[in-house]
Amino acid sequence: MTDAHRGSILVIGLGNELRGDDGAGIAVARRLRDCSRTFGLDVREQRGEPSDLLETWQHADAVVLVDTMHSGAPPGTLRRFDASSAPLPAPLHGSSSTHALGLSEAIELGRALGRLPARVIVYAVEGHMFGAGQALSPKVETALAPLAAAVLRQARLLKRAGACA
Amino acid sequence: MAESRRTRIIRTDYLARVEGEGAMYVKLAGREVREVKLRIYEPPRFFEAFLRGRAFTEAPDITARICGICPVAYQISAVRAMEDACGIVVDEGPIRTLRRLIYCGEWIESHSLHVYMLHAPDFLGYADVIEMARDHGEIVERALQMKKAGNAVMALIGGREVHPINLRVGGFYRAPTRKELRTLVDPLERVRDRALATVRWAAQLPYPEVELVPEHVALDDGERYPFDRGRIVSDAGLDISPAQFGEHIIEEHVEHSTALHARLRERGTYLTGPLARYNLASRMLRPLARDAARDAGLQATCQNPFKSIIVRAVELVEAADEALALIAGYEEPDAPSMAVEPRRAVGHGASEAPRGLLYHRYEIDDDGTILDARIVPPTSQNQRAIEEDLRAVVERHVDLPDHELTLRCEQAIRNHDPCISCSTHFLDLTVDRD
Repeated sequence: MTDAHRGSILVIGLGNELRGDDGAGIAVARRLRDCSRTFGLDVREQRGEPSDLLETWQHADAVVLVDTMHSGAPPGTLRRFDASSAPLPAPLHGSSSTHALGLSEAIELGRALGRLPARVIVYAVEGHMFGAGQALSPKVETALAPLAAAVLRQARLLKRAGACA
Repeated sequence: MAESRRTRIIRTDYLARVEGEGAMYVKLAGREVREVKLRIYEPPRFFEAFLRGRAFTEAPDITARICGICPVAYQISAVRAMEDACGIVVDEGPIRTLRRLIYCGEWIESHSLHVYMLHAPDFLGYADVIEMARDHGEIVERALQMKKAGNAVMALIGGREVHPINLRVGGFYRAPTRKELRTLVDPLERVRDRALATVRWAAQLPYPEVELVPEHVALDDGERYPFDRGRIVSDAGLDISPAQFGEHIIEEHVEHSTALHARLRERGTYLTGPLARYNLASRMLRPLARDAARDAGLQATCQNPFKSIIVRAVELVEAADEALALIAGYEEPDAPSMAVEPRRAVGHGASEAPRGLLYHRYEIDDDGTILDARIVPPTSQNQRAIEEDLRAVVERHVDLPDHELTLRCEQAIRNHDPCISCSTHFLDLTVDRD
């Protein structure tokens, strides 16, 4: 399975759709799935469990990750981070998930093990409602369209860059 | 005098490397330990409440959602309880083989994660697995490879790697073919080799001389190392059926935790989990795991909670070896599940989650509607034992500077691999000294 990722651009939506805004990454992945074939993108959904992420992206050239952040910014705020050669900023360390390690730690573990794609771009939307069984909050729901568009634009740029390389 | 009674406060806002998040509070008056509290905020009581009114067939899928690390344990305990209520027994044959096999997959996933990613940094002197991976990448890779094989077992038998969807009351929705199961042989053989290497690696770690003797409680399968069935026994004479759980084990509210604390009615604190299983059933290990334990210097019993890392490694060997034996002996069933007709009754189920005994009790109506549910996860049962362990650690190391004492406390918690993610979202650590 992983060999299929060699040379590919992966888009991975992260989170838990049963925990309110934590499902934003999953929602973006589903929005992009329809156009993934058109643009030749590999779009995945994951919980964010580090060993699964390391396995999924280990042969990819580039990965675009979409997650929810809980940094204190206004809900719905969108941020883009390039984690290709430097860790995510401190507010994104830890995670709103219930697991031992968050996305930031997964990226750093991948870097330590030499299991990180050359390009790692993270898009995050600020969430504020994480209750069990909640839907996405209106502010995060509204942010999904521009977030999905930005992720798609980024993934296509990476793909073109890869094709020219 | 006043100085010697000084309140001492040590606070850590995030205790890393446990499954999930909670809080701990220690208060010292001089050298005297006044309070030790492991706080858990969000117990799985919601699940018990919203199981009411649902169909008995839904319990395994709903309760699997309690935990992303040990969903199979929830499913197996749930289906056993429902089958008990409905008066059927699935104790032999290919359905039980598949249940044990998927349980092996879960143990492999969970133990490889805990041994290397969460516990090992304590012994090698690193703050976390990332720092450790820079110097010891090979052991982190070993863990990842084992976990990947555990995932493969879960995906093949359970339909997906997390929160499997193929288990049902009475059996499975679909039984894999022999040919499909054979695809697991090669990865599981490599897990077995890596697990043996893990035992050897764990055996040479430095261990403090600590001996704790809580009452150990585990299932007694009678024939094999406990996974999926058995009476509930202890090394202090407890020997009860799962149906008697409520008579002997009491859950009670404590002020500092929204999770119920469990205790034995007769004797109070007890411990479940790998150390309990090993102490009660090491003789039941398959020869490969038994020999590996012996070569690692373990006796038939082990009272040092730090050595739980060796015991988990031995259980990794057992799970891989058992899984391979189960695959070798697997015969495809005529039907993937037994027919189950509901009736008005109460049913009980218990199985061994990676972290210990997981008990379910359901009362169902004639049409299978769940009237009442009770779920007692291992971490709830172990809370008192963990607090007593912490108290002993603080008493032993009362003269250490605060940051070192904090680290010792964190290690003591991690020895027990609490699965707080079943129930909570934050573990912050406070030591308060008078």
